[in-house]
Amino acid sequence: MNTYHYDNQTVKSFIISSIFWGVVGIVVGLWISIQMWAPSWNVAPFFTFGRLRVVHTNSLAFGLGVGAIFGISYYILMRLTKRPLLFPRLARFHLYLFNAAIALAALSLFAGMNQSLEYAELEWPLDIGVVILWVIFAVNVFGTLVKRKEEQMYISLWYIIATVVAVAVLYIVNNLSVPAGLFKSYSMFAGVNSANVQWWYGHNAVGFVFTTPILAMFYYFLPKSTGLPIYSHRLSIVAFWSLVFAYLWTGAHHLVYTPLPDWIQTLAIVFTIFLIAPSWGSVINGFYTVAPEWEQMRTNYLTKFFILGITFYGLQTVQGPTQGLRVVSQLIHYTDWVPGHVHMGTLGWVTMTVTASMYYIIPKIYDTEIYSVKVANTHFYLVLVGQLIFSITMWITGIQQGALWKAVNPDGTLQYSFMEGLIKNYPFWQMRTAGGVIFTIGMLYFIYNIFMTIRKGSALEASTAKGV
Amino acid sequence: MAGEIYKKPVMFAIISAAVILIGTIVTMFAPMMMSHMHPKLENLQPFTALQLAGRDIYQREGCNNCHTQTVRPLRTEVMRYGEYSKAGEYAYDFPFLWGSKRTGPDLARIGGKYPDAWHYRHFEDPRGFYPKSNMPSYEWLKDRMLDAEDIQRHMDALNFPYTSENLAELSEKTEMDAIVAYMQVIGTSISSKADKQKKRVDMEEMTNPLAKDPEAIALGKELFEENCSMCHGDNGEGDIGPSLIDDMFLYAKGDLADKHYFNIIYNGADEGTVMEGRAAKGGMPPYGEELQKDEIWSIVSFIRSLQGK
Repeated sequence: MNTYHYDNQTVKSFIISSIFWGVVGIVVGLWISIQMWAPSWNVAPFFTFGRLRVVHTNSLAFGLGVGAIFGISYYILMRLTKRPLLFPRLARFHLYLFNAAIALAALSLFAGMNQSLEYAELEWPLDIGVVILWVIFAVNVFGTLVKRKEEQMYISLWYIIATVVAVAVLYIVNNLSVPAGLFKSYSMFAGVNSANVQWWYGHNAVGFVFTTPILAMFYYFLPKSTGLPIYSHRLSIVAFWSLVFAYLWTGAHHLVYTPLPDWIQTLAIVFTIFLIAPSWGSVINGFYTVAPEWEQMRTNYLTKFFILGITFYGLQTVQGPTQGLRVVSQLIHYTDWVPGHVHMGTLGWVTMTVTASMYYIIPKIYDTEIYSVKVANTHFYLVLVGQLIFSITMWITGIQQGALWKAVNPDGTLQYSFMEGLIKNYPFWQMRTAGGVIFTIGMLYFIYNIFMTIRKGSALEASTAKGV
Repeated sequence: MAGEIYKKPVMFAIISAAVILIGTIVTMFAPMMMSHMHPKLENLQPFTALQLAGRDIYQREGCNNCHTQTVRPLRTEVMRYGEYSKAGEYAYDFPFLWGSKRTGPDLARIGGKYPDAWHYRHFEDPRGFYPKSNMPSYEWLKDRMLDAEDIQRHMDALNFPYTSENLAELSEKTEMDAIVAYMQVIGTSISSKADKQKKRVDMEEMTNPLAKDPEAIALGKELFEENCSMCHGDNGEGDIGPSLIDDMFLYAKGDLADKHYFNIIYNGADEGTVMEGRAAKGGMPPYGEELQKDEIWSIVSFIRSLQGK
């Protein structure tokens, strides 16, 4: 048994763990989507919308997202450095600590321990746990990189390095707080300043959890699964540096028309528009990579996951900057357009890319083929349709909400009370739940496929070990 | 040669960190050092122990997932919620609770808009007020007593002033008392006088053009049920708000003219409003931005029909 085998088991366990937390997050997501139109689904005190929504976002961002990032980054790292992890046992400890931390995080959020900072809700003892997890990850990433056996670092490694560095800075600064007991703390920052720090963090959590590590996967697994080299190395370089430079300026586009000083808002909007360029650098690179063999969209089941994934990334990175513009923000900010936008990114881009990467890794680890391409195709179409229903219904109801809030009578009085506006959301919120159910069924197909591939692989491994 | 950094992981990490820090410094660290990021209104007071306890509950229950606390300087938004939010209102908010989604209405000007009793009843049973509301019921907050020691620790962590009497009071209070106290302080550091400028109804010589009009009475009934009955009772008999069918008006004997009814519905009855020598005690929110004039007159006609006048 070589160390690759040991490390592969760690990778596999990270993947399984992330899928598990993904299931938790998706189930809670469906639940809160029902609570939006059926308030009797609130079960006080632990399962009200206010508590469950943060369980939903945290278990998916940190459980599914970061779990997959840890495992898949380790996999990519080993292949691109041509060596096993430098600290295999530390990576295994990383796995256990990760699961313990996410479990405690979920329990603490059910219990209402909440810093009220979006995507940084966890209270200070868990923050310390997250920092330890990140340090372990950084130690293994940099240790393995320094001792690598391949001189040149491929694009994916740049994105992994940027992720490790940026998340560390973001997470620590935004969570600085004064403890007031074991389960409660107050942010060190107040008022307008705290808003600015939070959205500097919040937007870059999107940048360095939902973008850069996912691009690392995209740049590695797209050429691997298609057999086609990345179209332009130079474009990758330009896109990488301009992306990591521009992202950090843009947080305040979440605070348009708030009391935050105008110059910070405007600066953020300008850089947000600029950010379209590096984002589309990767989109163009992805499209042109596959351009010589577009028929792979039919013949290779993985290609369509990656290409649709990067397409949604492209749509997101135009939609987001559009939303940042003052004239658009004043209509759709605070409406359901916002969750609609987020979910096109997470369900369309992140989940497509992550699940396709897992489809690639799991059979590779066992030196076998995926259990069923047909099941993978069903999975693909279900999550695609589910996501589109979700995004589109939220766009419509978001614009409607914004318009109703602004509508005035000929004499200048408001045309709709808040409640009249709310009631008009119900059919769309119900459709959103339907979209979520379709997406979830798609994910069940995925889980079944992965599970059956592991079963097949384990049986193969056992028979090889016996020398059959 | 620039290509060398792709062979040097540590150097690569250092350069990435530097690139990432430029935007961070300009848009986040540098503003933090500037005084205009730390403004404080003169009227703004630190939260009292009871208010902070309420704010803790607001955080614990994740109220900010559905409610924002910042009114944008947009015309219809100011009409709907009140004066737009100022930077100096939030100096004691550790952290800010502006939120990012309005599943429910903005709360930046909720303080003083309704009487306490309104909030108690609404938290207990939101659908008792608004049958189609999707807000969870928080009735259970009534049954949970506050923990004074905990709250003292929280006040200490924030360096907010308090007295031992403040803490002693807490032991008899419930979480519901605390969250209502918090509701009533939100956004109150802005002088309510800014609101008063909205009054633009000429009070002289106003008579009800729709008096005794059966259609107006029917419309008024509908509007009354939607907007008024939760506080004044289905038949105007009074509940959270005063009775509309007795012989009292603004806490004094004897009715007043239609135009005063119109004025109170239109502008609300803030504490300090005086009409014909009678002073309002607050609690009645204004409806002038949401209801058109003939709708308000229809409600007045309906109230008159309840009074048998």
